[in-house]
Amino acid sequence: MNGDRVGASPHRVGGRERVTGQQQYVADIRLDDVLHVKLVTLDCARARIVSIDTTAAEQVPGVRLVMTAAGLPQPVPRFGPQFSDRPVLAVGETKYHGEPVAAVAAETKDAAEEGARLVRVDHDELPAVFTIAAALDPAAPLVQDPEIRPTDPRAGTNVLREHRFGWGDVDAAASSADVIVENTYQFPMVTHFAIEPHGFMVAPDGGGIACWSSIQHPYLLQKMLARILGLPLAKVRVFAPDPGGGFGGKQNPKLEPLLAFIALRTGRPVRLILTLDETFQSVRRTSAEIRVRTGFHADGTLAFQDIASDFLIGAYVDIADRVVSKGSYLAAGPYRVPAARIVARAILSHTTPATAFRGFGNPQVNWARESNIDEGARVLGIDHLEIRLRNLARHGEAFVPGDTPADGDWVQTVRKAAEMIGWRTPLAPGRGRGLAVGLKSGPTTGLSYSTVRLLADGSVLVYSGTSDMGQGARTIFAQIAAEELGVPLDRISVVSGDTSVVPYDQQTSASRSSVLMGTAVLFACRDIQEQVRAMAARLHGLDEANIVVERGMVRLPDRETPIVDVLRSGLGRLGGELIGNGTMRKEEDPGHPLGGTAAFFEFNCTASEVEVDEGTGEVTLVRHVTVGDVGRALNPLQVVGQDEGAAIMGLGHTLMEQIILDETGRIRNLGAIDYRIPTSKDLPLELRSASVENADGPGPYGVKGVSEGALLCVAPAVAAAVTEATGVVIRDLPLTPERVWRALAERPGPAEVSR
Amino acid sequence: MVDTLPIAVTVNGRRRTLEVAVHHTLLDVLRDQLGLTGTKECCVVGECGACTVLVDGSAVNSCLVLAVEADGAEVTTVEGLATDGRLSPLQNAFLEKGAAQCGFCIPGQLMAAQALLAQNPHPTLTDVHEGLAGNLCRCAGYQQITEAVMAAAEAAVR
Repeated sequence: MNGDRVGASPHRVGGRERVTGQQQYVADIRLDDVLHVKLVTLDCARARIVSIDTTAAEQVPGVRLVMTAAGLPQPVPRFGPQFSDRPVLAVGETKYHGEPVAAVAAETKDAAEEGARLVRVDHDELPAVFTIAAALDPAAPLVQDPEIRPTDPRAGTNVLREHRFGWGDVDAAASSADVIVENTYQFPMVTHFAIEPHGFMVAPDGGGIACWSSIQHPYLLQKMLARILGLPLAKVRVFAPDPGGGFGGKQNPKLEPLLAFIALRTGRPVRLILTLDETFQSVRRTSAEIRVRTGFHADGTLAFQDIASDFLIGAYVDIADRVVSKGSYLAAGPYRVPAARIVARAILSHTTPATAFRGFGNPQVNWARESNIDEGARVLGIDHLEIRLRNLARHGEAFVPGDTPADGDWVQTVRKAAEMIGWRTPLAPGRGRGLAVGLKSGPTTGLSYSTVRLLADGSVLVYSGTSDMGQGARTIFAQIAAEELGVPLDRISVVSGDTSVVPYDQQTSASRSSVLMGTAVLFACRDIQEQVRAMAARLHGLDEANIVVERGMVRLPDRETPIVDVLRSGLGRLGGELIGNGTMRKEEDPGHPLGGTAAFFEFNCTASEVEVDEGTGEVTLVRHVTVGDVGRALNPLQVVGQDEGAAIMGLGHTLMEQIILDETGRIRNLGAIDYRIPTSKDLPLELRSASVENADGPGPYGVKGVSEGALLCVAPAVAAAVTEATGVVIRDLPLTPERVWRALAERPGPAEVSR
Repeated sequence: MVDTLPIAVTVNGRRRTLEVAVHHTLLDVLRDQLGLTGTKECCVVGECGACTVLVDGSAVNSCLVLAVEADGAEVTTVEGLATDGRLSPLQNAFLEKGAAQCGFCIPGQLMAAQALLAQNPHPTLTDVHEGLAGNLCRCAGYQQITEAVMAAAEAAVR
């Protein structure tokens, strides 16, 4: 039974379903009498919609409805997690390539597709902006209607918001710095590419609606649908089957409101499963251009950081402005920095709405800052490991003055990574090594409820509103219940994915679930333990003070007995159950620049050894090491899965991934053929991960968040290794063979010098 | 009117006679007509491997095969791997090594691995990387998937 408890790696809850094909994702769920929906989009980014002719489409046999903006309540409802700016269907003009202008509902998928092809949208293409420079041009067309933010003086520009953080006097620090290094770094536009495309279904349900969505935040979706439809929360039932990968892209509602209106109009269940291409047109990571000016003292200690970031967000804000602010807040990194000036702008463009994506703005900033520290180290002649050790904040040090201090032994993490990569061992010719650190704030607010039911036969139901999208949340919660109640895992079920049954959870994001929902589950189990204690006291005529219940056992003054034995006697002949409730609340802090302190930090050190083919520019990862400070690995195998998975995802934007737009804002590499993500052949020749476990996290048993760390600083580690191998510094991602080859070709060759 | 043709296929050992639309893929028919939703749909251009099934023992992307082309064939999907509720050695190895994360690519990975091991019972690491290169995993459990395939191969040797 020990194999079921915290610290063990039992088989994943839901694992058997996943290897037998029984796991039901949204697209696998069949509703009777369903209508299939297909979106109508335009082949350009920004266009004025002159008219929409639905006649031909309506004549296709099986087509039941062609929904346009005119068929929706007026004004057309808008929604979004930060701004209510995204209309249910495009109103008047489209703002990005793929924005839906109409939708066809039909008896079959074929009929819906044929109908969608026959909807004639008369439109005029309009000037649009797809780059930071174009969006900032004073003559640029405005992406967002100024009415969305009427009191904002920036409403007349494409700058949505400018965030400023910092401390100390950067200018004074600059005058005393020995070396100042300033460079600009680019981070590409990349997309989530969860293997499960987004899928949605809505059905009329009693006096309300039921909605199925591959969503990370079912309770946010419930709230948003209730508001848009004018329904009470209790009449909006959201089913959230396990998403087939989320990575942030499935956090926020997208097409569910449209489907709800079609379902209510037709009185029928409706279904829309996006294609992969349509999924590409729905979500992406913010691209960024980041200027870093770093001041150093001669001994390599930092004098200041001056960081200005421009993030290119999409046509609708989604959560991207929060990505910009939260991603930039820790831009100065996990270091002792006497003075810092951080400016970050969220810039609107006529492109796919950018949203949360694993790392939440931090990979962009970590890429720039870490790379610039390396450039300083080269100037100073200081080893890349050494310069980090000299500057890293120590455990308990407030590295952002006045804010939460460093919550881990970060030096230990860095030393471990250095040791694993063999940092000071000799390198083969043509190879190079790089090392970088990554930092990210955990959730700044949170609210998770859990209910745990200990049933009469000693089996357990755990209710948790967390979405299990591959991180293995349900396994962790089952392990916590196993640990606390002494019940084996095969007698525990975790219930999730139904807002009418499972209590509220704010969201599944920011690597929060083990810490926040985990604590709620722990509290619910402790609630049951208290009830068992009272039960035992009653059964044995003892004072409760003389009884201890912990880790599945009831300890009486003269002996101990498993909880389930007390339960059986205590419940008596009528049976029944014990119901425990737990709430974990991470309060806001209105005085904090982010609205709340970080519940924990994700800290990672990545080290990479590469070999560069000078003839082709191809970078081979000989060895890649990732070490995270996880507090405590509740399930070590799942931690490895998260760390290695995040590392490989990081290799994607480092080496190969980028969305390419044409002059009309269309995505040129739309879909799996032209947009490459890492395959099994892109695995580093050696990939190793490790955890630092000091049980110093705020979650159950000392756990911290885990799922994003290993992605944060892949790019700077690999790029530094490429520089060491070739002598060439590249400040733009991804490091494609073409880009590397060109950089090598432009390098002043030794032959040239000797001549 | 949609043109249809009758086909007869053996799916997971069971003979099925079906009337299929001529433009529908094997993937469409497996999922929509036979209700075998274990086979997943993602890119529909044969690049991601989520829809991998065995047709007469070979791993194919079922999104690239018209259903009518499967007439007379023997098709195995992920639902056909376990026997009498007992998981196959590969399925067990995937569980044991933590190879399934979100799980969406896993049916395709399993079928590709099944075909690989049938063809090459003692693969090297490179063979496995090569053999599964057409099956994308965005959770990127490639290392765990590879370990699982190697473990299943070794278990078969013992």
